[in-house]
Amino acid sequence: MSTTRQSDAASPWRAPALLAVLVVLFVLEGSLSNALFSGSWNSALGILNMGLLSAIMALGVNITWGYGGLFNAGVVGFLALGGLAPVLVSTRPVPGAWAAGGTGVLLALLVGLATLGLAAVVARWLSGALRFWAALAVIVAGFVIYRELFDPAVAAIEANNPAQAGNIGGLGLPVLLSWPVGGLLAAAAAWGVGKVALGLRSDYLAIATLGIGEIIVAVMRNEGWLARGVLNMSGIPRPVPYELNLQADPGFQARAAGWGMDVATASGIWVKLCYAGLFVAVLLALVLLSELALRSPWGRMMRAIRDNETAAEAMGKHVTRRHLQVFIIGAAVIGLAGAMMVTLDGLLNPGGYAPLRYTFLVWVMVIVGGSGNNWGAVLGAILIWYLWIKAEVWGPAFMSVVTAAMEPGPLKAHLLESAPHMRFVAMGLVLLLVLRFAPRGLVPEK
Amino acid sequence: MDIANALVAILNFVVIPAAAYGSQLALGALGVTLIYGILRFSNFAHGDTMAIGTAIVILLTWGLQALGVSLGPLPIALLALPIGIAITAGLVLLTDRLVYRHYRRVRADPIVLVMASTGVMFLMNGLTRLLIGVDEIRFDDGARFLISVQQFKAWTGLTEGLALRLSQFITLVVAGLSCWALFRFLNRTRSGKAMRAYSDNEDLALLSGIDPERVVRLTWIIATALAVMAGTLYGLDKSFKAFNYFQILLPIFAAAIVGGLGSPTGAVAGGFVIAFSEVAVTYPWKKIAGYLVPGWQPEGLLQLLSTEYKFAVSFVILIVVLLFRPTGLFRGKSF
Repeated sequence: MSTTRQSDAASPWRAPALLAVLVVLFVLEGSLSNALFSGSWNSALGILNMGLLSAIMALGVNITWGYGGLFNAGVVGFLALGGLAPVLVSTRPVPGAWAAGGTGVLLALLVGLATLGLAAVVARWLSGALRFWAALAVIVAGFVIYRELFDPAVAAIEANNPAQAGNIGGLGLPVLLSWPVGGLLAAAAAWGVGKVALGLRSDYLAIATLGIGEIIVAVMRNEGWLARGVLNMSGIPRPVPYELNLQADPGFQARAAGWGMDVATASGIWVKLCYAGLFVAVLLALVLLSELALRSPWGRMMRAIRDNETAAEAMGKHVTRRHLQVFIIGAAVIGLAGAMMVTLDGLLNPGGYAPLRYTFLVWVMVIVGGSGNNWGAVLGAILIWYLWIKAEVWGPAFMSVVTAAMEPGPLKAHLLESAPHMRFVAMGLVLLLVLRFAPRGLVPEK
Repeated sequence: MDIANALVAILNFVVIPAAAYGSQLALGALGVTLIYGILRFSNFAHGDTMAIGTAIVILLTWGLQALGVSLGPLPIALLALPIGIAITAGLVLLTDRLVYRHYRRVRADPIVLVMASTGVMFLMNGLTRLLIGVDEIRFDDGARFLISVQQFKAWTGLTEGLALRLSQFITLVVAGLSCWALFRFLNRTRSGKAMRAYSDNEDLALLSGIDPERVVRLTWIIATALAVMAGTLYGLDKSFKAFNYFQILLPIFAAAIVGGLGSPTGAVAGGFVIAFSEVAVTYPWKKIAGYLVPGWQPEGLLQLLSTEYKFAVSFVILIVVLLFRPTGLFRGKSF
């Protein structure tokens, strides 16, 4: 990155100005009702909540890219893996699932891990051509044992009450506990990938993470015993009250009347505000921690490595180990965001994890916001998310103005129909323009 | 007789599909490896270049069909392919002029070029959606089979059938011809030699008076031609769906790395290694085991991994190569 970073200082007012723009945009969305804005505070807060989650994802990406200069192309996978945590930790246990095959699956997974570990040891201690074949033999033997244990256990779990459950079930613990667990799951996966792909060319990590991202999503889609796969897992517990309970509560009805709103709208807004409060608290804590880290000797070392690896290595820094560290921390933050997202939705939908939306859009957020700057990543994420959602409305509105003078025909129909896809083109253009003309982003690194 | 049946089944369900898929991957990986060798970055937009090129070919095919053009048994897409390649190459050269050239001039880190290529990927993905939408499209016309199961059974009298689809045959022929032409070009012509010299040692090539911009343009044109061919053949063989072309990026990268990034021979070998492993690992071997070991009825399907995990195969091969031989089978560049 050293070649694209200009040395002149940027105005310190950039971040507050961007924040002001965001506030205006959300107020417009909440209060104005016309072709461009919905005029519903429920919708504005809905966008804000996902914007805050996107900000946490962008923070995770910014830690790997802005501090470490590493390209993680599998954000979607770490996010999905984090989303598994609320299901496994906080949903109610499924009666009979553990008895049916819980121990079998655990044993199989242990055998699988032991196989990989043994193969690694064998590969380390042997040398020459023998190394590869010995490791392969260990893996093949381990795989056969693993499948022998795994298949019947999975079949038993999936046969247990298949209409409503068929999965292993959760532990019934509080859902907030699952957020750090989501981070840990993602961190474990990142350790595995990073261990292999780091220390080689910088592109290799990008390609390996692209692969692990697709594989994690494929596993979550197909392993029904884990979280019901494509059948989706709904009814994940919430850390905030339910709208229906609020609407039935006389105290809340009185308060809603005091605000001058009907109870249904007020309950929706109240729940979203509760989520927004939780998310802002997590976001601020993360920003605080990463700012402190960035200013510590560790942060200086990370930036030194990013700006000149050779020089940092000559100073005795273990570059690969530091890269692994920063890659794991970034993935953990993304996993945390994944757990929070599933909690917000109350639903785990493995079919919905699309790489363009969850990997590359987050990258646009970081690049636009300002790589290396935490506030830049946060504000950029909320801005880009807002535009992404609104572009779905604005694209067709814009297209209907453009095509107003055209006679009705197949071309006009095609243009109107494909207008929602315009946002992909728009995001690509935004990324390319920012990368080319303002590589330090809207809020540059200090 | 059982052994003959087993061989026919292996040929029908493993060798033929894997050879066709391997040729498609090889063409894609050749493009990735050439761009890597000359421009020195992994082009994440390659999958979407394939997609947009194929979308253009499909639109041209529809145009030609509307005009009443027919190639007899061959699909019209073959006629549309050269025009599609020309249009896509123009588009790609435009992205080079507007996006990549700047980063070459400032000698940016390869990872910045990778980032720029994801911007181009987004753009091309959106353009493909605008052009043709996200639905699945079949555009193969003409004859379907070169050899059909019934014909084969009638000829040989075996219980096991064998089918060779025309699209598979065309894939093999087109891929073979274009590989032959590419290697001849790289080894025999002045421009090809200039490309290889530039890939080996940029400074030395510049000193010998090679025009770098010309080499870069040639690389883009060749890589795009290979990508559009790969995309069209893949679409003819299976079907066109924009998202599949994003997903095929992983096996293509894996093929290029397995062979050794920057090595054209490696890319072809890597494509077949990935394709054969993918098909062999996800194929249920139960029937073939039944032929080979009479009287044995295995309980399961003898399928190592379900087909949903076919991408895991390329990933695992990629990881193994990174662990044991990061330069790939044919000693490409690893740093």
